[in-house]
Amino acid sequence: MIVAKGLRKTYGEFVAVDGIDFQVKQGEAFGLLGPNGAGKSTTMRMIASTSMRSAGELEILGKDPNTHGPEIRAHLGVVPQQDNLDRELKVWENLYIYGRYFGLGRKFMKNKIEELIEFAQLEEKRNAKTEDLSGGMKRRLTIARALVNEPDILMLDEPTTGLDPQARHVLWDRLFRLKEQGVTLVITTHYMDEAEQLCDRLVVMDKGRIMAEGSPAELIKQYSSKEVLEVRFGSSQNQEAAKQIEGLGDRTEVLPDRILIYSENGEKILEKIVKLGLSPITSLVRRSSLEDVFLRLTGRSLVD
Amino acid sequence: MDTELRVARGMRFGAWYVAEYRIRQMTKWLGAIITVSFGNPIIYLLAIGIGVGSLVDANTGGEGVNGVSYITFLAPALLATAAIQAAMDETSFPTLEGFVWDKSFFGMNSTQLTGGQIVDGIMIAAFVRAFLTSATYLIVLWAFGAISLSAMPLLFVVASFAGMAFGALMLAATSFVKEDDGFFAIVARFVVAPMFLFSGTFYPLEQMPIFLQWIGWISPLWHSTNFARAISFGLEVPGWLMIVHVAFLAVSLVAGVLIARRQFISRLLK
Repeated sequence: MIVAKGLRKTYGEFVAVDGIDFQVKQGEAFGLLGPNGAGKSTTMRMIASTSMRSAGELEILGKDPNTHGPEIRAHLGVVPQQDNLDRELKVWENLYIYGRYFGLGRKFMKNKIEELIEFAQLEEKRNAKTEDLSGGMKRRLTIARALVNEPDILMLDEPTTGLDPQARHVLWDRLFRLKEQGVTLVITTHYMDEAEQLCDRLVVMDKGRIMAEGSPAELIKQYSSKEVLEVRFGSSQNQEAAKQIEGLGDRTEVLPDRILIYSENGEKILEKIVKLGLSPITSLVRRSSLEDVFLRLTGRSLVD
Repeated sequence: MDTELRVARGMRFGAWYVAEYRIRQMTKWLGAIITVSFGNPIIYLLAIGIGVGSLVDANTGGEGVNGVSYITFLAPALLATAAIQAAMDETSFPTLEGFVWDKSFFGMNSTQLTGGQIVDGIMIAAFVRAFLTSATYLIVLWAFGAISLSAMPLLFVVASFAGMAFGALMLAATSFVKEDDGFFAIVARFVVAPMFLFSGTFYPLEQMPIFLQWIGWISPLWHSTNFARAISFGLEVPGWLMIVHVAFLAVSLVAGVLIARRQFISRLLK
């Protein structure tokens, strides 16, 4: 569905995307993971055929977006980072108008609108103005709108940023349904849990480059240990304690507020720490996540 | 529906879908639009056409201006002004809204629509608006006895044409605006107001000192007003000047649309 080779985008001197390669297959949920400014959104815009690449090759649905933008866009659904719904139009009108942009007939749209309103769980808001919707509702409407042309690829740029936990879960549930129906998804996010939940395969991006690629489980296996022990000694004693702990696990990361010790068994490491005569203020054993993968790859945490 | 057929149709009629959207948005303000379309000419005709007009007519010994009563002289200028104002409403604010306020142009551009089609669609909608405004204005002017029934069709064409020409220039200018830091206030004070006052609207352009007449020469309003006066009450305009009037408006329209298309495309595909 999507093939990128040496894909690059520059704005004057600034290099936003610095020669990346990846492929997305049909029916796959593909994620671009990275902090703000990693080049995710720029990559998305190039795939969405609304940004011309500076160099490299890009093929979407077998076509070159630089020369066949409108033809490609006819088969895409795009959910931008910032909702760009029409605030003065009603919920159903937003869907209707968007369908018309794609050249869809009025009759077809009549049924489609009801189907999408149901999908977005907005039955009661059908005739409400868009500006009166909550953040989560607007997001669901934007996703429903992107489905109006029954796209081959649905692209979501930071789909749940700024939503409360409950709204996020409702949204994930909707995206799962699409995945089950075989819609190809391309998602950018800086949330680990989101990437782990939704993506079959992902690339970790930083500073315009791809740092690693694989399924969430593969990446964790390759770049992290099974478990992580997090201990806090208070900011003044962290450095001191870290020196003594060093070497107890497979690897240690010292963050300003806590120390992470990677190992196969976190409880055992904690016992050893206590035996050294250290008493952490708090301790927590958890499974490794993509956050740890990112920390390992870039030396920085994902959400600053 | 067959997908390829749908895609082909969408690519072909994109501008009309944009216009359909703009007109749907207009209907949200239909009450206000109608009130202004009728209210504006009535206020102007009462205050200036009749008020100032009685003074002018009394002091010209019944000769009026250009050989006709003041209200007859004024009517074509007011008509052209109204059409220009209507087209401007449709090309300026919505453009800033689409690029900056709610970014709806970016949403449109992520469908198969192109920047060029968005420009064309806005122009179609601006035409509809100029068309409706001119029509109501003409009815009011006729009711006041300021124009004849037989001149109405041609006046209608000239006014709509003037609206489109100025609308295209506004669209091109607004497409470069990055944010609304007083752009519209500047346009209103330093472009629209002088154009309205110095385009031979209230008195013949030739009565102004020569160093101010150039404002009229570069103003779509003067070119359309002078043309409309020739149609409305037979103002004597040399043939070459009539051609200049039409050419000026045509060039404004074409240049405005071409510049806007170019800027829309580059701004949406950066």
